[in-house]
Amino acid sequence: MKRLINKHPIAIRWFHWINFPLLAVMVWSGILIYWAYDPYQIKFFGTTWVKFFPQWFYDKYNINHRLSEGMAFHFAFMWLFAINGFLYVLYTIISGEWRYLLPDRHSWKEAWLVILHDLHIRRFAPAQLKYNAAQRIAYSAVIVMGLGSLLTGLAIYKPVQFNWLVLIFGGYRFARIIHFALTIGYCLFFVIHIVQVILAGWNNFRAMVTGFELKQKPDETLTSHERTE
Amino acid sequence: MKEQNKDDLQRFNEGEPYDKQKVNRRTFLSFLTLGAGGIAAYFGWNRLYHEPLESEGATAGARKTLRGVLNANEQVFDKAVPGNHLAKTYPASAVVKTPKVNGDVGLDAKAIEDWKLQLVKAHGTTTAITIAEIKALPKTDLTFDFKCVEGWEQVQRWAGVKFADFAKHFNLQNELMNKHVGLKTPDGKYYVGVDTASMLHPQTILAYEMNGQPITPDHGAPLRLIIPVKYGIKNLKQIGTIFFSNERPADYWAERGYDYFAGL
Repeated sequence: MKRLINKHPIAIRWFHWINFPLLAVMVWSGILIYWAYDPYQIKFFGTTWVKFFPQWFYDKYNINHRLSEGMAFHFAFMWLFAINGFLYVLYTIISGEWRYLLPDRHSWKEAWLVILHDLHIRRFAPAQLKYNAAQRIAYSAVIVMGLGSLLTGLAIYKPVQFNWLVLIFGGYRFARIIHFALTIGYCLFFVIHIVQVILAGWNNFRAMVTGFELKQKPDETLTSHERTE
Repeated sequence: MKEQNKDDLQRFNEGEPYDKQKVNRRTFLSFLTLGAGGIAAYFGWNRLYHEPLESEGATAGARKTLRGVLNANEQVFDKAVPGNHLAKTYPASAVVKTPKVNGDVGLDAKAIEDWKLQLVKAHGTTTAITIAEIKALPKTDLTFDFKCVEGWEQVQRWAGVKFADFAKHFNLQNELMNKHVGLKTPDGKYYVGVDTASMLHPQTILAYEMNGQPITPDHGAPLRLIIPVKYGIKNLKQIGTIFFSNERPADYWAERGYDYFAGL
């Protein structure tokens, strides 16, 4: 006995799919800008483990000497990225969808149970509505990250006009580091997100396009008159 | 999970009866919309990416639409965001030991010897000003965080005359009715245009000293622009000529795709 679950409202699906190319353009143009001054690396014990970015990366993706182009794209698409993000947050507030998105006081403990379940260590996942606890934390965190990108971006874009923002983020240099680190965060989010979507399967993916998920209802939960139909 | 109400349970656990025709129709239309949106985004992006560059003027080298947005951004951040903020200043101890040299376009060591500043006044008359005349004006010391458009910054110490003081001394009230100030190196190979409001900012100086010493040739001897409300690209070294214009004066980096305003 199949049932149809209306999972994602149409507005959220639009925001989601519009955000994807916008964020992609922001990351790409951001790399064009970062190339012009690229000192960041991850070092342990005097050895560089990760360099952002190696020359082969710049060569392969045609990043070299495109600072002005990167700035032009970045400072145009920032508006679209910001507007889409603000409308999404506004929508979740007005529609009440935030109730399924924000972590509640149980989410922190439950998120561990979800992870243990995902890793096949624990047999049962905690009961959930639209999202499980780990999803609530991830999807809320990525919005906070988006806000962080906008604010650190504004701080390094207009550091004199918004000198108080620069102060909040620990100075111009540190604001640029946070801005960069958040971008790495999106890339990691993207990788995990894609893996999870593939693992979750077609029904779940389709819901982000059509809005609905199909659910097999076990017979015993049906009322007696439904069973006789 | 304890607070879930009946409506939520209805929506996520019970759902509604499955109707094959309805499900097929919704699936088809939804994927059709996503596909059409994807195709539209692809063509829209292609069109923007391969758009012809702007026609060459005070600015050049940027895609038409993006240049339009850069110019609009200037209106938003210069006009709509209130306040003539001061750039943060630093103690002498924060000053970097060797200020970075990042460009030598327009620099000419031979032009330092008998240098005079050519000040083009209204009606095209030009006044030649010696460095001694400029050094006789009130001196302003400024230690601030110099920011390069490339992304790096350095705390540097400069001293010179505030452009506002300079303008007052040489009676430039009429000239300052123009919207822009243009500056050029003696050989004319490097040139910038700056909005008059930013030139009159209290931290904008015509500098002749770096770290208490006369500016070295590679940093723009004998006189250079230090303007903390702009990226380094506007901080012209070795000023040869200053002029005034209502139109945007030619600008070296704006002709190479960068934002004309370059404000911080």
